[in-house]
Parts: sequence; structure tokens; C-alpha cells
Amino acid sequence: MGERQARRGRSLVNNPYIYSLSLAVFCTAWTYYGSVGQAAQQGIPFLTTYLGPTLMAPLWWIVLRKIIRICKVQRITTLADFISARYGNTIWLGVLVTTVCVLGILPYISIQLKAVATSLDILLENPAPDKSVTGFATDPALFITIALAGFTILFGTRRVDVTERHEGMVTAIAFESLFKLLAFLAVGAYITFGIFNGFGDIFSQASELPSLRELFTLDESQYADWFWLTLVAMFAIFLLPRQFQVAVKENVDENHLRRAIWLFPLYLILINLFVLPIALGGNLLFQGQSVDADTYVLAIPQFFSQNGLTLFTFLGGLSAATSMIIVSTIALSTMVNNNLLVPIWLSGKSLQELKRKRINRALLNSRRLTIIGILLFAYLYFKLVSGQFSLVSIGIVSFVAVAQLAPATLGGLFWKRGTHAGAFSGLLVGFGVWFYTLILPTIVQAELLPADFLENGLFGISALRPQSLFGLTVFSPLSQAIFWSLLLNTGCYVGVSLCTRIGVSERKQAELFVDIFRYSPRTASALEGMKVVQAADIQELLTKFLGTRQTEASLKTFYRQYQTSYQPKADYRLVSYAERLLAGVIGSASAHVMVMSVVRKDDLRLEDLFQVLDESQQLVYANQKLKQKSEELEQLSHQLKRANEELKKIDHLKDEFISTVTHEMRTPITSIRAFCEILQDSPELSDDEQEQFLTTIIKETDRMERLINQVLDLEKFESGKQKLNLQEVAMNDIIQDALKSVSQLLKERGVTIQVNLSANLPPVQADPDRLTQVILNLISNAIKFCDSDNGQVRISSYLVDGVVKVNVLDNGKGVPAESQEMIFEGFFQAHDQTTKKPIGSGLGLTISRKIIEHHQGRLWVESEPNQGAKFSFTLPAPRTAKKLTY
Amino acid sequence: MKKILIVDDEPNILLSLDFLMKKNGFEVFIARDGEEALDIAQREKPTIVILDIMMPKVDGYEVCQFLKSQADLSHARVIFLSAKSKDTDIQKGYDVGADLYVTKPFSTRTLVKQVKELA
Repeated sequence: MGERQARRGRSLVNNPYIYSLSLAVFCTAWTYYGSVGQAAQQGIPFLTTYLGPTLMAPLWWIVLRKIIRICKVQRITTLADFISARYGNTIWLGVLVTTVCVLGILPYISIQLKAVATSLDILLENPAPDKSVTGFATDPALFITIALAGFTILFGTRRVDVTERHEGMVTAIAFESLFKLLAFLAVGAYITFGIFNGFGDIFSQASELPSLRELFTLDESQYADWFWLTLVAMFAIFLLPRQFQVAVKENVDENHLRRAIWLFPLYLILINLFVLPIALGGNLLFQGQSVDADTYVLAIPQFFSQNGLTLFTFLGGLSAATSMIIVSTIALSTMVNNNLLVPIWLSGKSLQELKRKRINRALLNSRRLTIIGILLFAYLYFKLVSGQFSLVSIGIVSFVAVAQLAPATLGGLFWKRGTHAGAFSGLLVGFGVWFYTLILPTIVQAELLPADFLENGLFGISALRPQSLFGLTVFSPLSQAIFWSLLLNTGCYVGVSLCTRIGVSERKQAELFVDIFRYSPRTASALEGMKVVQAADIQELLTKFLGTRQTEASLKTFYRQYQTSYQPKADYRLVSYAERLLAGVIGSASAHVMVMSVVRKDDLRLEDLFQVLDESQQLVYANQKLKQKSEELEQLSHQLKRANEELKKIDHLKDEFISTVTHEMRTPITSIRAFCEILQDSPELSDDEQEQFLTTIIKETDRMERLINQVLDLEKFESGKQKLNLQEVAMNDIIQDALKSVSQLLKERGVTIQVNLSANLPPVQADPDRLTQVILNLISNAIKFCDSDNGQVRISSYLVDGVVKVNVLDNGKGVPAESQEMIFEGFFQAHDQTTKKPIGSGLGLTISRKIIEHHQGRLWVESEPNQGAKFSFTLPAPRTAKKLTY
Repeated sequence: MKKILIVDDEPNILLSLDFLMKKNGFEVFIARDGEEALDIAQREKPTIVILDIMMPKVDGYEVCQFLKSQADLSHARVIFLSAKSKDTDIQKGYDVGADLYVTKPFSTRTLVKQVKELA
């Protein structure tokens, strides 16, 4: 629901209350059940876990806001990313941080599973859980684990882009935080005011028992523990993967911190309000009974048969546990994937190779598998180890583990001199000490290692006793573990840092992290993993998008603004300036990709690699689209150009046609006028002369009329106004009719004609008048151009390939190949024809071709020099007509 | 009697000009294309040549150019008689050495007067 809201644009999560409540994912089953357990056994030191964060809260504005800003600018999603980015983006540092987090948090998750399983047992009033490892298949905790894996996958792996916020998850977490608070307050109020008579009653009853009075009395010997535990909790509040997830990654607006700074401590106070009363009440109620103090919260209401309240309390605890499990697992799976699995997977693969793979799907599946893996390991740890320890003792171990990240993180934030080597060695040493002093003993206690090692130290060296390392016995085992791990960690970090040189990319990152507010909000995005970038490359990139002039102007502005001059190597300011410029042109995401393509060369950071891959896939797609479009455009412009040329040609032809037609008309008019004037001016003319001149005038008038009719005809065909009177026509009949009308002309010219018509032609669909016009035109042309002495014309018709074909041949000079198309263009007269101009307008063939084309036929000429010309036309024979011929 | 050469590929125009020029006292020679015109011109050395432009084989411009380039023919007065009426066509006619350019259709009376003036 939250995510749907977010898509609609009204983000539910964009709200300081939701943000503050989501931070309360800090309060897990440890708080819910464990605090009471710890208070019942050790008294008020349980408060350290909450004092730390409360003390830290005012510093959030300095520390957390800075982390948030850096992560947003550099698009960092996990602590492993954060630390590896700060120290120059090396894979191994990311791997180490991931390892610390996973090994540190697995026990923590396992205690949540334990809490859920135990509380379920109590709710169902099962006998005390069987601690043996057998019976997995019927173990409800396993089913809970599997169900949680399902939930987590559902919440956490909907999209590939991990920089995207999980608003649905955050909303759910905030709700669960509210729910667990209300449930805990309800059960606390019930115990305090329902069973006892308020706080005073409980404390006065408890103070009567010496064993209980100790619990709320500060013992001097506990001061060290107080200090160290509070310190560790201070770190935990922003270094725990789940806290980093909700506080940094899921942060919508860093101003939400202002409210969270006091809302979150308030939450902690409220949820701790009844811890001591419940613990004391439980101790009073269950005196002498073997009731696990970690279960008091649930056991008390159940003891009084408050079934509704018990269920409510159980659900509150379930909320506390599940929200921790879900957020932690999502955070860890992102870390494991991006900082552990993917680097391994990527090594040795080229970008090209990656582009071909369906990386999105693979990534999602890998993240899902990681989630399942983490939860199963947590389950196994619960079954094998943490089942035997209290919730808090295991939780503290996790706190100490993540506290090892503090020197590198805080140093990275405020100390530019911190180096990769320093961070790596400090972390490694701190983690080693943590493992040696806190994890090994638990394994020993779980009887998985010989106990001798714990008592006498490694190799029997007493200085190496895990619980009093280097003979430090002043502190409790826990405090000395924290002391040594943090001391050696910080010592190595500072010492090694001072002894090593800072790499170029490290220095830039250091500058950027420490001085983030000077460069923020957007400046830095180009900087992670920056290689040496040539200013020329940047300029080239800009030129591509902005053009030469604007690029030069913009760069001038840049140099003026930053009061520098051109340097061959681009610094981060130029890079980010370029990115901002580009963002205005192509949008920020694309701009980032483009700038990265120049900045990164080959050394891509993973998070961005995905982004780049993802976006470059989109870019490739967009490019293809663009290319396609531009190709289409090019084609279109080609077509336009062709059409334009065609038009120009047509226009030219039209001009030529008009000038030819007018020329052709001037000739008869000239004759007519001349003869008219002669007749008028010459009364002396003989009758014969008068007769001859008048006849000439009439002939020329006819010629003009023909010409005019043909031009009009042609115009009709050209403009499509010509309507054909189509009917079934027998081709041979038309030919015979036409021959009759030229028989006189044939005789006059002494031309012989051969007719060879196929007997079974199918009828064709044609306009008989137009068809006659074509045939007459062809025959009269043939007569006109055939041999002047021994003129021969042949005409034939036949059916071939489903068309009716008519040939008209003459035995004249033929049509030269280069003129064979031109003769159809109107007013064309072959150059080497006789001086005597043939009769006709010069439009006959043009019109004939138009007519045949309007009948879906074809008209053309074939000719060899001095072999005569063969004019042929075809008309489609109707398919049904074919049958008629049988 | 002054000799006049009439060159055109339109038989009816030749017929009318032949009649007109004979009536006005010229000795008339007829040519139906440029080639024939050059033959007759070289043989007869006409005083006046009436030239069509658009003709098969050798066109009127070429005929005129040739006549004007020959010492014994260059005196001949050349009158273009053409349906080509564009300014560029007319200019070209004068460029190749014509004495007069008359567009078709023409007035027989004006033409006769102009021919007499040139002769």
C-alpha cells in the first residue's frame, strides 16, 4: 500500500513521524523480551542499550545527517558501500565490512528467531523446548523462518535498483514499531497497575528482598560496563545494518532528523518505562520457579489467564522480532550481493558480456537466495548456539561487532588523513579480537570447542585467554572485549593511516566525505572511483550535447566562477559542473551515466555499474529508437527530395509541354493568318489558287482542333477526370473496325497490311471508343513511319500469360533505343526523320499509353535500327473469361 | 531580280511565303531544312534569307551563323521567322547575326514591308 501511495506521488513515508517510528526498528525482541530478562538478572545496566542511542541522538544532526547527505549524493546503499567508497572503492574493504556485518548480525537475527519460537511455545503452552537438534521438520521456528524469508523477499526484492526506497517496508516497520510499543505499554500497565498497585507497590515489595534490591542499585564495579556498553550502543544506533537501512537509505528528507532527534529517545523512554516493574514483578511472582526471565512479558499475563492480553503481547513481540529480521536481512542481502557475490561474479567478465545477460533477473534472484541463506544460517545458529544464551548476551555480541565499524566510519567522516590501509587493518584487527574474545567463548560454551582453551588461553598462553586478554581482569569479559577490540581497531586505523600514503582517488573521496556540505548537494556524484579525467574528454562530451559555442561559454563561466584556469586534468568540480550542465539537457540520470562513461573508463563501482547497465540498456534502446527515427526521417527526406525532384521535373515538363503546345498551335495559326491576308490582299488570285488556299486554311483549322482535343484529353487522363465506359469488349472486333477506317489511307499510301488475330481471345473489360483510339493511333503511326516505298504493316493479337496482347509492326527505320521512352512523352520527333513532318500532333502515343494504363495494361515499343518498330500493348484478361474460351 | 531563300519545314508556310515573295518581285528559293538551305545559299547567294529556327538536321541558328561566317554570304540579310517567342530565343537570334527576328504568327503585310526595306 505504501508503495502504491508513493507511486501516486503522495509519499506516506515523507513524514518525520513515520521516519522516527521506523528508526524504532532498533527495539527488537531484545528490547521486548530481553530487556526484562536482563533487568531481572542484572538490574539497571539494561538501560545502557538505550542510553547510548539517546546520548547519540543530539549528535545525529552532525553525524547522521552527514552520512545521509553523502549516501544520497553518492548513491550509497549500505555501510559496506559507504566505507569502501570512502577509502577509494576497493573491493576487499567492502568484502571485509560485509563479513563483519554478516557474522556480527547472524547471531542477532538468530535471537529474534529464538524469541519468536519461545514466545510461541509459551503462547501454545508447550512444554519447555527440547534443546536437541532433532526434529527440524516439525519445528515451528523453521516454519517461521521460512515464512519470514517469504515476507522479506516480498518486501525487499521487488526492484533491482537498490537505491530505490522501500516505502512499503518502511510504512510497515513504522506501524510495527507503534504496535509493539502499545503492546508493551499495555502489558506493562497491566502488570504495574492490574497485578500490583502501581510502581511504588512493586518497588517497595522488591526492596524487601535483598536479591532484588541489588537490581536497582548502582554498583561501583559496574561503572566500566556502563561506559563500554553505552559506547557500543551509541555506535550501534547508526552502524547496525538495519539502522543504516532505515535511517540513511530509506530517509526521504534529512530534515526529518530534526524531529527524530527527540521523538526517537522519547520512544526509547516509553518502551523502557515498564521494563523494571515487569522484571521485578516477574521475579516476585515466579520466585523459586524456573521461568526464563526473557519470557516474563508473556508469561505474566498468561499466568493470570489474560488470554486477550497475552495474544496482544505475543503479537507485539512478533512485530518487534519480524521487523528486525526483515530489515536486517534486506540490508545484509544487499551488502552480500553488492559487496561480496557480485564482485566475484563480475570478475573476469567484460561489460559486453554483462550487457548480453539478463542481469536484472539474475540480480534479483541472487538477492532472494541470499535472503533465504541468511535466514537459514540464522536458524541454524539459533538451533546450535544461541538457544543456550540469553537474548541480551547474544545481542551485545552483535553490537560489539558492528562497533568495529565505528573508527573507519567516523574517521572517514571527519578525518581526511584516514587511509584505506588504515581502515582495513583496523577493521581486521578489531574484528579478530571480537571473534576471539566474544564468539569463541560462546562456541566453547555450546560445547563445540574444548573448554580448556577458555581457561588457559590459546596454546596455553594465559595472556591469550579470550575473556581476559593480555591479562586484563579489571573489566568483565564483555567490557574487556569491547575495550581491546576498539582500542586495537582504532590504534591500527590511526597508526596505519598515518604510515601510509593516500591514493589519488582516496584523497578525492576523503575531501568529498569530510567536506560534503561544502560540495553538496549534487557536486559529488561524479566523484566515486574517479580516475584521472582529462578536461578534454569532458569538453568533448559537453560539445556533443551542447555544441561547441555553448560548451566554450559554459566552461569560461566555470573557470571564472571557481577562479581557476584550464587544467589538462579535470578536477571533481569540473566533472560535477559538467554533469549539472548535462542534466539540464538530458536529465540527471542520463547525465550521470554520460559523465560516468567519461570519468569511469573501466573501473566502475558496482552500484553505478548496475545503474549504468540498466540505463545504458535503456539508452541503447532509446538510441535504437532514435536511430530508427532518424533513419525514417532520412528516408522521408530522401522521399521528399525525390518527390521534389519529380515535381521539378514535372514542372519543367509542364513548362516544356505548354511551350511545345503553344508552338504547335502557332504553326497552323501562322498558316491560316497568312493565307487569309493573301486572300484579302490578292484580288488577282485565280479560282484554283483561291480554292487551294482556302482548303489549306480548313486543314490547318482541323489540325488545331485535333491538337486542342488531344491536349484536353491528355489533361483529363492526367488529372484523373477521365471516366472509362468499361464493358466487355472483343478485342478482335475493335481491331477489325479500326482497320476498316484506315483502309482508305492504306490504299493511298500503298501500304500492305497483314492481320493475324487469335480466334479464341477472351473478352476484355475496356472502353471501346478509347481502345479504338489507341489501335487507330498505333496503326496510323505504323502507316506513317513504315517504309515509304514498300510499306508493310502487321497486326496480331493473342492470349499470353493471362493477358490479351496486341502487336502493331511496321517496316520503317525503327525507333532508336534512346528514344524508345521519349516518344511517349509528347511532341517528340525523332531527329533523323525525314524533313517532311509527319501528320499528327505528337500527343498520340502519350494519350494511347495513358488509356492503356487506365485499363491496367501496358504499352511499349521494341525496335532494332532499320528493322521497323513493334508497338505492343496488353490488357488483363478476366479470370472468368478464361473459362469462356473452352 | 533579288534572290530570296525561304527555309521552313512547314509546307503551308512555304506555300504562303512563296506566293507572297513572288508577288512582290523576288526570285524565290525554297529549302525544307537547314542542310538544304546551306546548299542553296552557297549556290545562289541570296540577298534575303527567311529562316525558321526549329528544323530537322541543322537548325536556323546554325544556318545563320554559317552564313554570317562566310565572306561571300555574309552580306545576306537574315530574317528569323519562328514560333519561338521568348526573349532569350530572340536575343540568341540577334547574337548569331540576324538582321530581323519575326515571331509566328506574323502579319504578311508587315513582313513584306520589312523584307523590302532590307533588300
